[in-house]
This record gives sequence, structure tokens and C-alpha cells, in this order.
Amino acid sequence: MKIGLLHSLIRKEEKLLIEAFRNAGVEPIMIDDRKLILDFHSAPDIDILVERSINHSRALHALRLFESAGVPCVNSYHVSQICGDKLLTTAALKDRGIAQPECRVAFTEESALQAIEELGYPVVLKPAVGSWGRLLSKINDRDAAETVLEHKSVLGSYHHSIFYIQQYIEKKGRDIRSFVVGGECIAAIYRTSDHWITNTARGAQASKCEVTDEVAQISIAAAEAVGGGIVAVDLFESDDGLLVNEVNYTMEFRNSIDTTGVDIPAVVANYVINQVKRG
Amino acid sequence: MGECPVCAAEIKLADDAMAGELIVCDDCGAELEIVGLDPVKLNEAPSAEEDWGQ
Repeated sequence: MKIGLLHSLIRKEEKLLIEAFRNAGVEPIMIDDRKLILDFHSAPDIDILVERSINHSRALHALRLFESAGVPCVNSYHVSQICGDKLLTTAALKDRGIAQPECRVAFTEESALQAIEELGYPVVLKPAVGSWGRLLSKINDRDAAETVLEHKSVLGSYHHSIFYIQQYIEKKGRDIRSFVVGGECIAAIYRTSDHWITNTARGAQASKCEVTDEVAQISIAAAEAVGGGIVAVDLFESDDGLLVNEVNYTMEFRNSIDTTGVDIPAVVANYVINQVKRG
Repeated sequence: MGECPVCAAEIKLADDAMAGELIVCDDCGAELEIVGLDPVKLNEAPSAEEDWGQ
């Protein structure tokens, strides 16, 4: 069995996955995206590609070309496309009727300001493509809205003028990250922080969250909405129940193994191996 | 054994170290990439780009 692992920098997650594949009797074939040349016809001789690039744009384009060369990919190009763009994720969740914060999209400063005022303060402005909680802006009033919108328009590249505006959810210092592999919600953590941004990359603390029926149902539904595979779902606990904030397709899990007691890389490796066996 | 390209501290790699791996210098905290194992060569890791991570 030939399992390719697409990577750039090798983080703790990639090392854990390599170890998990080795424990399952498979030596993964490492494919460094910095050395990769794709010709639109062929791809390295592998049975499946596990995508673990740190760059979203490299991952997205490599997956498209691996799939056109006949290599099945985990996650698929489709999943990476949807999850890599918050606007597309929101649309996919909406198509399935999955609960999420209210969102607006606008393309000019003026229309964005109008959308913010209609949604009501505070709101969160997010880049449509981005991660680790970077460049998120919590906008508490009109002064801040005007300032941030002008800065984004003047200083940002064009995609920062695709204004993705999300209703601010008071999450009482924490959110939930759940892990879905092959349609099963295998684990979940709380991410707790004094800051309104609760990414562990920004210092939030991880603790175990029980996978209740409610957590499992909405997580699995969100994963299905974006195309399935291996994803991490970020959830807000609101007064109206759980809301899906984001879905991540190259999930980081180093803080979630000991915390949950679930061997996440082993589950991922077994899922990939079974995908190959099923053909 | 390698040398940190930032602070010149000696860095001992783990037995399972691999090329491409991201490590942190214990002395200066710089993020480093292992670019070679025999001989050991360490570079400063690339800075995070806009589309990095999840």
C-alpha cells in the first residue's frame, strides 16, 4: 500500500501521523510541496494522498491536480475548497440548514458598513481565507467599523475587500472543537481563553469536552455539508444551542490527544488505510 | 549535533528527527527547520504566511 503524505514544514501533527501509519504497517511516502512539480497529467505513484500542507493555496491546487491524475485524496479538493474559504463554508452549511451565526458578505466599504449596522454591534470581520485567528476584528461600534474597513480597503490585498461579517456570539470564554473522521465524531475539546479569540494557536487552553449527542449530530452534519473526510468543527455554545463557526480540513490535534484520551492520529491513519482497501 | 543559525547554540536532534521538521531552539526560541540530517543543517523556519494553518 502506497500512501503519500503531502507536506511542507513537518509539524508535530505530521510526525504523529507518520508514527501512526508506521504502527499500522505502512511507511508513508513523503511529498514535499516545495519540491513538487505537477504536469496536469501524472502524479507520484501512490494509492492515496493525505494532504497535510501548511499552506492552504498549495494544498488546494495540488489536490486538484492529484485528483485529475487519478489519485484519491484525503481530504478531497472539494472539501479543501469549501473549508478553506469561510464564505463557501457558510454557504454549504446554509444549504444543509445547519445552525450557524448570522453572516453577511459585502464587497465595498459602504455596503460593508451598511451590513454591519443592519446586523448590529458587535460583529466579527474575518478574512474569507485565513486561520489561526489572524486578522480577525471584533467591531464594537461605528467608529471601529469605519476604521477597520478603510484600513482593509487601503492596506489589504484585493481579497481583504471581500468583507465577511459574522454576528458576534458571546461564548463565555470558550468554544468547542470537535473532530470528525469518516462520518464519526471521535473527540472534542473546549478551547478556553480570557481573549475573545479562542484558538489554541493564540494561547487558548484545551480541555476535554464530552461528545454529547448534540455535539456529535451537529459536527457530523457540518462535516457532511462540506464533503466529509477528516475535519475539525468549531462550535459556539449559544443560548439557542450549538452553532457551527468554522470547519477545518487540515486539522491540528497535538493538544487534543492527551486531553481527550483519543488517539486521533491512529484513527486518521486507520481511516486512510481503509479508504485504500475499499478502493 | 547542529548549530542554531540564529544564536549559534548547539542543538541535539531527536533520534527520529527528519528533514523538513520544525523545531525550536531551546536557547533563543527561534523556530528552525531541519534541512539536512547528514550533516545536520538547520535554517530559520519560514515566517508564517497568510494562508497558513487551520
